[in-house]
Amino acid sequence: MTEKYEPKILAFLCNWCAYAGADLAGVSRFQYPPTLRVIRTMCSGRVDPLYVIEGFKSGYDAVFVSG
Amino acid sequence: MKSYPRFIDPDKCTGCGQCAQVCPVTAINEFDCGLNLRAATYIQYAQAVPLAYGIDRDSCIGCGLCEKVCLAEAVSYDQRPSKAKIDVGAVVLSPGSDAFNPAKFDNYSYLKYPNVLTSLEMERILSASGPYQGHLMRPFDREEPKKIAWLQCIGSRDMNKCDHSYCSSVCCMYSIKEAVIAKEHSNVDLNCSIFYMDMRTFGKDFEKYYERAKDEGINFIRSRVHSIDEIGDTGDLSLKYVTAGGEIIDETFDMVVLSVGLEPKESAVELANNLGIELNHNNFIKTTDRDPVNTSKEGVFVCGAFQGPKDIPQSVVEASAAAAAAGEILATVRNTDTKDVELVPELNILGEPPRIGVFVCKCGTNIAGVVDVPDVTAYAATLPYVVYTTDNLYTCSQDTQEVIAKTIREENLNRIVVASCSPKTHEPMFQDTLTSCGLNKYLFEMANIRNQCSWVHANNPPLATDKSKDLVRMAVAKVGLKEPLNEISLNVKQSAMVIGGGIAGMTSALGLARQGFKTHLIEKSPQLGGQANNLFKTAKGELVQDLLADMIENVKKEENIELHLDTEVTGVEGFVGNFTSKLLTGGEESEIEHGVATVAIGGFEYQPTEYQYGNDPRIVTSLELDKKLIADDPIFKEIQTAVFIQCVGSREPDRPYCSRICCSHSVEAALEIKEKNPDANVFILNRDIRTYGEREEMYKRAREAGVLFIRYTVDQKPEVVIEDGKVIVKTFDEILGRPLEIETDLLSLATAVLPNNDVELAQFFKVAMNEDGFFVEKHAKLGPSEFATDGVFLCGLAHFPKSIDESIAQGQAAASRAVTLLAQGTVKTSGEVASINPMLCSSCGICVAVCPYSAPNFLEEGRFAGKSEINPVMCKGCGICVSSCRSGAISLKGFDNEQILAMISAA
Repeated sequence: MTEKYEPKILAFLCNWCAYAGADLAGVSRFQYPPTLRVIRTMCSGRVDPLYVIEGFKSGYDAVFVSG
Repeated sequence: MKSYPRFIDPDKCTGCGQCAQVCPVTAINEFDCGLNLRAATYIQYAQAVPLAYGIDRDSCIGCGLCEKVCLAEAVSYDQRPSKAKIDVGAVVLSPGSDAFNPAKFDNYSYLKYPNVLTSLEMERILSASGPYQGHLMRPFDREEPKKIAWLQCIGSRDMNKCDHSYCSSVCCMYSIKEAVIAKEHSNVDLNCSIFYMDMRTFGKDFEKYYERAKDEGINFIRSRVHSIDEIGDTGDLSLKYVTAGGEIIDETFDMVVLSVGLEPKESAVELANNLGIELNHNNFIKTTDRDPVNTSKEGVFVCGAFQGPKDIPQSVVEASAAAAAAGEILATVRNTDTKDVELVPELNILGEPPRIGVFVCKCGTNIAGVVDVPDVTAYAATLPYVVYTTDNLYTCSQDTQEVIAKTIREENLNRIVVASCSPKTHEPMFQDTLTSCGLNKYLFEMANIRNQCSWVHANNPPLATDKSKDLVRMAVAKVGLKEPLNEISLNVKQSAMVIGGGIAGMTSALGLARQGFKTHLIEKSPQLGGQANNLFKTAKGELVQDLLADMIENVKKEENIELHLDTEVTGVEGFVGNFTSKLLTGGEESEIEHGVATVAIGGFEYQPTEYQYGNDPRIVTSLELDKKLIADDPIFKEIQTAVFIQCVGSREPDRPYCSRICCSHSVEAALEIKEKNPDANVFILNRDIRTYGEREEMYKRAREAGVLFIRYTVDQKPEVVIEDGKVIVKTFDEILGRPLEIETDLLSLATAVLPNNDVELAQFFKVAMNEDGFFVEKHAKLGPSEFATDGVFLCGLAHFPKSIDESIAQGQAAASRAVTLLAQGTVKTSGEVASINPMLCSSCGICVAVCPYSAPNFLEEGRFAGKSEINPVMCKGCGICVSSCRSGAISLKGFDNEQILAMISAA
C-alpha cells in the first residue's frame, strides 16, 4: 500500500437537491476523488436502511445519504 | 422586440465550456461583482438556463479559437441583432430592480477601501460557486475576517444626498441571513454586528429568524455609523458611531458590508416611458392598492420590484397575480394557438427479454477528453442483455435522436441507456425520442459520466474511465429491471370552490370566474367583506369601504360566481380535479363538485388582556379606532392627546411573529388624527417602526406632522393606569434616559393579527398549519399561494398577516395557480408512483402520516377496508412511504427495491 488511502463511497442523492448539487460541482469543475458512486433517488427519504447495509456488503467503505 | 446576438447558438451549444477554456481574454466577471475574472466566451453563472455560452464582443479579440474548438459548430461571429414583431393581448413588465450603487457618495468609502463591500458582493463571497468558492475571505489580503459589520439602509430611508426615501424591504432580512451564513462559513468564532435604525423582519417566520440570530450571538446595534476609516495599511476599518445612550464609540472591523437597497433600473424606466406608462415619484410603476398589478395602461401589468421594493415571496405572488390579470382579458382565446402532438402507438414488449442499447456520449471532448469512450463502449457490450452499443459525438443533438430512433426500430431494442450528462437536464428529451418510436418512456436510464465524472475527475483519466464503466454497469443493471409504466389521465372538473368571502377570497373568486370557471364562494357569516368591513384606509390612502362595496357588487353580478352566505364546509372528499364538498347553509345540507379549492378563511384581531383594555372606553384596538374613523366620530376634533402602543400581542414569547401591518396602520391613523386636529399630541410607542417599502414615506410624513415616536423594549413595556378618571400611559424613553407619563384621551392598541385556526378544514384538505396557526404554503419563497396538496390554494390572512393590496395580489395569485390546473382540463399522473399491496398492508398508518402530499389513505369500504391505498394522482414518487413501510407492502415503480438493489450490487 504505497498509494494514499481513498475510501470507496456509495452515495444516495436526492434528485432535487444533492444530485443537482453534484451536477453543479461538475459545471463548476470542482475536483474530487473518483471513488464515489452515485445512486439517484427521488428523495433521500427513499433510502431504506437495507440499502446502507447492502452498500457495505458490496465492499464500500462508507455510505453517504444526502438530501 | 429586439434580440441581441450572443454569437453562440444556444440550440447547438451543449454547455461543454471548451470555448471558455481556450479563450485567451480575461474580462471582469460582473456576476461576481468584479471579484473574479472570466473569459470573453462565458456563461454568466453555473446554474444558468439554458446552460449555453455567449461571447462578450466588447472584450473579445476575435482570435477565432472558440470557433475552432467548438465541435458543435455553435459559434457564429457574424450574428446581428434581430428584430421581431409578435402579436400579444397583454404585456407583463417584470424587469426587476438594480442594487443601489454606494460609489456615488464618498461617506460610504466604498471604492476607497477594498474591505468595504456591498451586500451583493458579500452574497457572492458566501456562495459556493462564487469567487472564493464560499470560503469567507476579505478581498484586501484574502485573510479570514474575525469581525464584520453590516450597515443598514444604504441608499434607503435617507434623503440627505439624493438617495431614496423609501425602505427597500429586503435588506434587514438578507443582512441577518448573511451574518448567520458568514458565521457558519467561518473557522473562527466570527463577530458579526448589524448597525440598523429599525429591524424590519416583518415577513412570515422572519421574526423567528431574527430571534435565532440574536441567540447565535449576532450583535444588533441601533445606530447609524457616520464614518468609515481605514487604519493605516492594515485594511482594517474603524467605525465611529453613537449609541442610543449617547456614548461615542470607535470600533475596529476587518470588513464592512453596505446593505444596499433596491432602485428602479434606468432601462426599465426608459421602457415604461416608451410604453407611456405612468411612474410614481420614486420611478416605480404607479399602481393602486385596489389593483396592485395594473399599470396606467390597460392590458399592461407589472410584478416584482419594479412595482415597489419587495422580497421574493411577494414578487412570486405578484407574478401569479399579473398572470391572472392578463388571463382575465385573454380567457376567450385560451388554447386557440396551441398544437397537439401526434402520438405513436406504443410497442408491447411484455414478456420479451431485455434487449438493451447503450449510447455513450463523447460530448465533444468533454467526456472523451478524460474518459476513454471507446473502451467504455466496448465494455458496455460485454454486459448482460446489452445487444447494441455505440458512441456519439453529441448524443443529445437532433440528428442523433433520429439515429437512436432508427436503431431502436432496427435492432428491436426495448431498454435504452444513455451514458452522458445529467438526467436532470436531458432525461425528458431522450424519453421523447423513445416515445417517438413507440417505446415506453420509462424503459430508459442515464449514466451521468460528464457532470459527475469527466468534469470532476479531469486529472485522473484511468480512474474516470473505470468510474464510467461502473456507472454504465449500474444503469444497465437497473434498466433491465424496468417495466413500461402507464400515465393515467383524469378529467378536472371545471369549477372551483373558494372558502372565505373576505378581500382575498372575493378577489380569488372573481379571478376564477372572469377566466371562465364556475366558482362557489363560501362565506360563514351573512355578509361578504371579512375584516375589510372594519378598515378605514389603505396605505395609499384609498377608502377601504368604497373598494369593498365595488368588489361586493362585482361578485354579486358575476354570473360565474355562486354565492353561499351563512354557509360552512362540513366535509370534503376527493382529490385534485375531483372534489366533492358538503355544505351546511342555515341547517340545510348540500353538496358541490369542484376541481380545485382555495382556502381564504382569513384572520381576526387579538383581544388584548393587557394595557387596561376593556376598563375604559378611551382604550381601543386598531379596528375599533378604524370604526371611529369610518364613522367620522366627533371625538377626533376634541382630543388633545392620542397614544398608540405597538406590538400588542405580537413579537411576544408565546406569539413570536410580527403582525406586519400594524406599524403602517398606526402611522396612517396617527396622520389621520393630526389632519383632523393638527394641535393634538400624538405618540406612537414602538419597538421598531416597520413601515416597509414605500410605506416609509408615510412614516416620514407623520414625523413631519409632529407625531412623536418613542421606543420601548420588550423587557420594559409601557404601563397603563386609570387614575381619577384619567388614562395615563407610563413608559421609559431610552433617548432621554428617563421615565415619561402621558395623559391621553385616546389609547389605540396595535393588536396582533390572529389566524382563524380551523383545524377541521385543514384536515379536510390534509394541509398543514404552523405553530402560530397560519397555513403552511407549498414553498415559502416559490409557492406562497398554494399548498403542497395538489389542487388546493391559499390566500389572504390565513397565510400570514398582510395589507389590503397584498391580499388582493394573493387572491389573484391563488386564482392564477388554480387556473393553470383547470385550463389543462386533465391531470396526468407520473408513471413513477408508489402503490400498496393490500395483502401485505398491516394498516399501521405510517404511510398516511409521513406522506407530505396526502397521497395515501385508508380504504373505507370493500374487501380491503382499513388497508391503505395510494392515490397515484397525488403521489410525487418520493418513496418516503416505501422505506417507512414496516410490512414491505409498498413498491415504487421506477425506483423499486429490486432496481436499486441491482444498482448497489452492480456498483
